[in-house]
Amino acid sequence: MTVSPPEHHELRYVGRSVTRREGAHKLTGRSRYIDDMHVEGALTGRTIRTTIAAGRVRDIRFPEGFPWNEFTIVTAKDLPVNEVALITNEQPALVDSIVRHHQEAILLIAHEDPGLVQEAARAIEIVYEKDPGIFEMEQGRVLKDLAIRHGNTEQAFSGENIVFEGEYATGAQEHVYIEPNGFIAWWENETVVLHGSNQCPYYVHKAVKNAFALERDDQVRVVQETTGGGFGGKEEFPSMVAIHTALLSRKAGGKPVRLIYDRAEDMACSTKRHPSITRIRTACTREGVFKGIEVTFHIDGGAYLTLSPVVLSRGLLHSGGPYRWPAAKMDGLCWFTNSPPYGAFRGFGAPQSEFAIERHLDRLSQLLGICPIELRRKNFLQRGDVLPTSQIVEEDPELDHIVDRALELSDYRAKQQSSPCGSGHGMGLSVFYHGTGFTGSGEVYLSSVVALEAQSDGTVEIQVSSTEIGQGTETVFAQIAAEGLGINIEQIRFRKPETGAVPDSGPTVASRTCSIVGGLVEKAARQMREKLNGRDVAEAAAMDSLRAEARYEPPPGLVWNEETYQGCAYGAYSWGCNVAEIVLDSVTAELRVEKMWGIYDIGCVINPVLAVGQVEGGMAQGAGWATCEDVVLREGLMQNTRVTNYIIPTSADGPDMVVEFVEHHNPIGAFGSKGVGELPMDGPPAAIANAVAHATGQNIVSIPIRPEDILK
Amino acid sequence: MTIRMTINGREYETDAHPMMPLLDVLRESCRLTGTKYGCGEGECGACTVIMNDELVMSCMVPVMQAGGAEIETVEGLARVAENGEEILHPVQQAFLECGGAQCGICTPGMVMAGVHHLRHPDRAPGGLREALEGNLCRCTGYSAIFRAMEQAAKTGHPE
Repeated sequence: MTVSPPEHHELRYVGRSVTRREGAHKLTGRSRYIDDMHVEGALTGRTIRTTIAAGRVRDIRFPEGFPWNEFTIVTAKDLPVNEVALITNEQPALVDSIVRHHQEAILLIAHEDPGLVQEAARAIEIVYEKDPGIFEMEQGRVLKDLAIRHGNTEQAFSGENIVFEGEYATGAQEHVYIEPNGFIAWWENETVVLHGSNQCPYYVHKAVKNAFALERDDQVRVVQETTGGGFGGKEEFPSMVAIHTALLSRKAGGKPVRLIYDRAEDMACSTKRHPSITRIRTACTREGVFKGIEVTFHIDGGAYLTLSPVVLSRGLLHSGGPYRWPAAKMDGLCWFTNSPPYGAFRGFGAPQSEFAIERHLDRLSQLLGICPIELRRKNFLQRGDVLPTSQIVEEDPELDHIVDRALELSDYRAKQQSSPCGSGHGMGLSVFYHGTGFTGSGEVYLSSVVALEAQSDGTVEIQVSSTEIGQGTETVFAQIAAEGLGINIEQIRFRKPETGAVPDSGPTVASRTCSIVGGLVEKAARQMREKLNGRDVAEAAAMDSLRAEARYEPPPGLVWNEETYQGCAYGAYSWGCNVAEIVLDSVTAELRVEKMWGIYDIGCVINPVLAVGQVEGGMAQGAGWATCEDVVLREGLMQNTRVTNYIIPTSADGPDMVVEFVEHHNPIGAFGSKGVGELPMDGPPAAIANAVAHATGQNIVSIPIRPEDILK
Repeated sequence: MTIRMTINGREYETDAHPMMPLLDVLRESCRLTGTKYGCGEGECGACTVIMNDELVMSCMVPVMQAGGAEIETVEGLARVAENGEEILHPVQQAFLECGGAQCGICTPGMVMAGVHHLRHPDRAPGGLREALEGNLCRCTGYSAIFRAMEQAAKTGHPE
C-alpha cells in the first residue's frame, strides 16, 4: 500500500495531515450517535409498511390482545400536509390510500415498551386491493427527460466514419452506512426539536416545516448528531424519518419519541443507487479520432421523483467521458417503476454513465485494432476544447500524464503482456472526471452562507450546516480557517450543526464541502483577519462582537441555461485514472480484485491522510458495486436486506490500493481544491470490467459481474 | 436472576432477561454506548467486544453466557496519565494518525478486533486481513486500517 501525498511547505496547515479533530472521541466510544442518545421517558416508534408494490389500502385492522389504547398511532390523516418536500412535493410521508411501492410507510405506532411495539407492529393487518406493478425501465411513464445537443451528429455518423454501438447496464447499490437511519424528536409547545443522523439539516428543516404547516423557521430545530456514514443515503431520506418521528411525538402530546431503524428495515425501504441502461453509438475515423456520439441514458427512478432529475442530469453530463466529441446528441430518461424510490448515492449518476463510456471505448478499440489506451489518448480533453454543453475546458487536465503515472506504477504493460486474453488474469484501465459542486445554476440557487465568530476565550467558531459524516469536514474546515486567519488551529472550534444556530451552507453532497463551502470558510477567515488587524482574538472579541460571513457568488463567466442545457455545468472538474488487476478462479469464476491504482487530480490536497481516505473508500465501494454488491428485487421488494446476503467488500477481499495525487489548482475552491468525495466512485467499475473482459475474453457489458454470468 | 460480570475491570450486575443480547445490556443497562449496533445478527462486527480473551459479537451473546465473564469494551482501552491527559491505546493512537477511523461507527468494534489480533496474532493464520474480516467498514476500504495496524504492531502494546 503506497501513498504519496504531495507537500506544501509554504503553508502552515493546508496540505498537512492534521489529525482528525473528532477522532479520539470516535476511537474511545465517546462520540454520541443518535442511538446512543438517552432521553428519559422516550417512546419507541415503529413504522408499519406496505407489503404490496402497487394498489390501494382497503382496511387497517388492529387485532385484539394488544392494549391499543396505550399506543400512539398515527396515519396520513394526522399530518397537516402529507408531503415530503424536496424538488417537488409529490411523495407523501404516509400512504393515504394509493400504494406505489413495497415498504412504503403507511402507519406509525409508539409505546414506552420497545418489545411490545415490535409485537404489535407484526400483528397489525392491512387489507389491500392489489394492482399489477411496473418493475422494468421503459415500460411505464417518463418521470423526467433531458437533452444535450452539440454540433452536427448526422454528418458525424455518415460517410467513411466507423460507427459502433453498445448497450451497458448497472445495478442498484445499497449504501450500507453501518449506522442505520434514526431520529429522536419532541415538541416544546409549538416548536419541534429533532436530533438525528443526517447529511443535510436544512433539508430536514424544510421538509418538517412544510409537513406541519409551521409558520416560522424557528419552530423546527434540527440537530445533527454524530453520523455513522452517509454516502448520499442520508441526503434526502432522513427527511421522511424526521417527519414520522415528529408526528408520533406530536400525537403523544410532545413526548420524546425514538424512531431508529434496524438493518433489515433500513435496507428494505431506504433509497439506493439508480439502476441504469446506457445505449451508446459512436462515430470515429479508422484511426480512432472521435467524430460524434449519441447517448441514451436511462435510469430507474422508482415510485417517486425524489432527486432523480438531478441524478439524471449529472449522469447525462458525464456520459461522454473526458473526451473531445465534435458532435453529441445526448438524451436522458428517468422512468417510473413501482420500486422504492432510488436516490442520492456517491457519484450521483456519473458512475453509471462513465462505466458505460469506458467499457464502450475498450470494445471500440478491439474493433479498430487500436490499443485502448492509445485510443483514449487521441481524444483526451485538452485546454480550449469544448464540452457538449459548449463549456470551454479552461485548465489542461494533462490526462496523458495522469495515465502515464498509472501505467508506470501498476507496471501495466508488462503485466498485460504476460497474461494473454482468456488467461484468467487481467489488467484494465479507466479514465474519468467529475464536476465539483451542484450542477448548473445549483450553487447560485443554494446561495450558501458560512460564518465565523470570534469568542472572548480567544477561539474562533466555524458555523456551517455542512456536516461531518466521516469525510473530515471539521478537520479540513479548521485547517482552512486557521490558515486564512493566520492563527493556531487549536483556536478554531466547530459548532455542531443545528438549524437556526448555524447559517445554511447548503447540503453536504456533490463533492462541494471542502472545495466550495471550504472556499467560503477561507473567504470569511480572510475577512476576519482584516477585522482583527493584528489584534489577539480574545482581546478583539472582548471589545466588540467579531463576526465574518461569506456568501457564495458565482465566478465571472459561470453561466448556465437550464432550458437549452448549454453553458458551464460545473465551475471545476476533478480528473482521474484507475488501473485494476484481477484474477478469476479457474473453476468457480470467483472474481478477485487483487490491486487497484488510482491517480487523481483533486486540485490542492488540503489534508493528504483524509484525501487518501476518501479515494480509497470510494475505490472500494466502486469495486464492491462492480463485483459483489447485488440488490435482488422481486416485484419491487429487496430480497437480500441483510449484510449476510447483500455482500460488501470485507478486509479479506478488499483490493490493495495505491493512490497518488497530481495537483492542478482550481482558482475558485478553498486554497485551490476541487471535489474529491465522488470522483473515486466513477472509475473502478469500468477498470474492473475491462480487466475481466481481457481475462475471460468475454464481452462484459453490465455490473455487478457475477460468477454465474461469467460461467454462462 | 442477577447476572454478574466484570466490564473494563469494574463489577456490574444486571437483572436483564437471560436471553437479552450482551450488546443491549452494555448499551442500555451499563450505559456503555461505545459498542455499536450495526446489524443485530453477528455479520457486521460493530458490536465486537473481548470476552474472556475471546473476540465476540455482543449482539449474538445472550447475557447469561456472560455471567462471571471478564469483558473489555472500547471504553476500557485508553488510560489517564498523572497530569490528567488521556493516553490512547497504541491501536487507537495508530488509527488516529493513519486515518483508520472515518465516520467512526465501525471503529469501536474494529479497534477491539485489532487489539485482540495484536495480543494473539497466532489465532489468525491468514494475518491481518483474516483477523479483521468479521468487521465491516464502509468508509475506508480497509487500507488505512491496515496501515494503522502495522504501525500499532511496531509501537507495541503496553498491556
